[in-house]
Amino acid sequence: MSERSKLLAGFGLLVVLVAGGLGYIFTRPTWTDAELVTLKTLWIGSLPPLAPDPSNQYGDDPAAAEFGKALFFDTRFSSNEEVACATCHLPEKGFQDGLPLAQGVGTTNRRTMPIAGTAYSPWMFWDGRKDSQWSQALGPLENPVEHGGSRTFYAHLIDENYRTEYEAIFGELPDLSDRSRFPEAAGPVADESAWAAWEAMSPADRETVNQIFVNMGKAIAAYERQIMPTASRFDIYVQAALEDDTQTMNATLSAEEVEGLRLFIGPANCTRCHNGSLFTDNSFHNTGVPTVESLPEDTGRAQGAQDVLADEFNCLSAYSDAEPNECNELNFMLAEGEELERAFKAPSLRNVTTRAPFMHAGQFTTLQTALNHYNTAPASPAGHNELEPLNLSETQLNAIISFLYTLNSEITAP
Amino acid sequence: MQNKTLKTILTIALTVVITIIAFIVLMPMFGPSFMHTLMAGRMHNGMNGMHGDSAAPSGLDYATERTTDNGTFKVSYTTENAIAINQMHTWVLHVETADGQPVEDATVTVDGGMPQHGHGLPTAPQVTEYLGNGDYLVEGMKFQMGGWWEVKFNISAGDLTDTITFNLTLEG
Repeated sequence: MSERSKLLAGFGLLVVLVAGGLGYIFTRPTWTDAELVTLKTLWIGSLPPLAPDPSNQYGDDPAAAEFGKALFFDTRFSSNEEVACATCHLPEKGFQDGLPLAQGVGTTNRRTMPIAGTAYSPWMFWDGRKDSQWSQALGPLENPVEHGGSRTFYAHLIDENYRTEYEAIFGELPDLSDRSRFPEAAGPVADESAWAAWEAMSPADRETVNQIFVNMGKAIAAYERQIMPTASRFDIYVQAALEDDTQTMNATLSAEEVEGLRLFIGPANCTRCHNGSLFTDNSFHNTGVPTVESLPEDTGRAQGAQDVLADEFNCLSAYSDAEPNECNELNFMLAEGEELERAFKAPSLRNVTTRAPFMHAGQFTTLQTALNHYNTAPASPAGHNELEPLNLSETQLNAIISFLYTLNSEITAP
Repeated sequence: MQNKTLKTILTIALTVVITIIAFIVLMPMFGPSFMHTLMAGRMHNGMNGMHGDSAAPSGLDYATERTTDNGTFKVSYTTENAIAINQMHTWVLHVETADGQPVEDATVTVDGGMPQHGHGLPTAPQVTEYLGNGDYLVEGMKFQMGGWWEVKFNISAGDLTDTITFNLTLEG
């Protein structure tokens, strides 16, 4: 064989190798089978149909939802007639307010939580001190810095403004006209005179008022149950990935967004907490979020767990429509342990980029700050930070942020 | 001889040039994903040692039927075929003596968690009912993320007490 033909043969081999290598790079799948399994669990198409709330027999009653919607937007249900649920849960802002601390008739110690998809959560509030949407709705109504009212005050408002709507759903509204039995302002609230007036009422009359109060919560929950995120660009991408539709995949997410997704489900460990179709495990985690100097000590779930056990409106209470064995989240709740110390609920990441500032008291003003926090995983001010440092690069963190934008979508509400 | 050396050098040079040109020309077409995949892949392997989400240690016993740590009982569990993340579910724990007799009057407590993450179970599961034939109903089981989990049972019957740790790996 001549030198020339040896050279040609070598060159030919090189061309074959390069072509083969390139061919492999272009045709290999973007995701492994294991990654596809994870992607499918995050896909909105994997969200099961919403099961009835056994503690709220009116939960799927359209009339209750309509009544609840009216209450949700009615500012008369507050001590200064300026605060409704929608004051902090603004529909145009994804049912939150964009503020570090919620502003009702005063200022609260926590950030307003978003509502979309919370019908799937066994726990409400950052500390899970309520175990249903209806019992959650009752909390702010009696909080002196949120709506600032009292139970009889709200019962009289229903009597005066919504008697027809109420009776169509819940049956006859009792006669509340005797103000010596049903004072203008009475309830187990911070206001001392309202508290004393409540104590002075007969147990039967208090029960009458409680029932109206609970029914308000159940109507508001019937409305809130239907507030849901819709399919985002991410969901379109996953559907295409499951169907092996490379063209749609490439047209839907950029290379940077795909890289962010790869980090999200891989080395960045995000799916430890932000898993499932709503990107939350609806559980409580200490992620070392810093304290806010001006606020009182906040032990998070450690206190919330005790509160929900003691809550007069929890799933096991007489006001719940559930059988005790339908309250298994409460029955088998983890009530004690160091893990609960300063643990807060993981919110859904759907539409997260529209919800600055972040964390339970708005500690982080940007997603960059939030991700830098996760990347360095500082020691927790109390309890133990579950996270370990990620040591991701700036480019990688930016890719994750780009990916988070692909989770944005319309929120549907009745 | 000199001619042969020249040809060898030329071949090497040509190979290098073709490789560089191929990279330069083709990088814009598949660049970012190609590069990042390599980077991510390397990082993932490199981080296994210091990272919580490392793979479970090899050699774990994933059997659902085991003998307790001191050989006192033979226990097995049955549950849903594919345990879904974040779904509360039940287990049935079967307890028998080392010689195969069902244990009727055991007191069973449940514990567990993710050893690599340093956290326990997200719920407080309990044995709520004796189903007969050595079977105990465990309610309130829940796992809130994929990965390697341990579920530990402490079993007491009469004067006998023993423990068993089941391993399971969940997808998600």
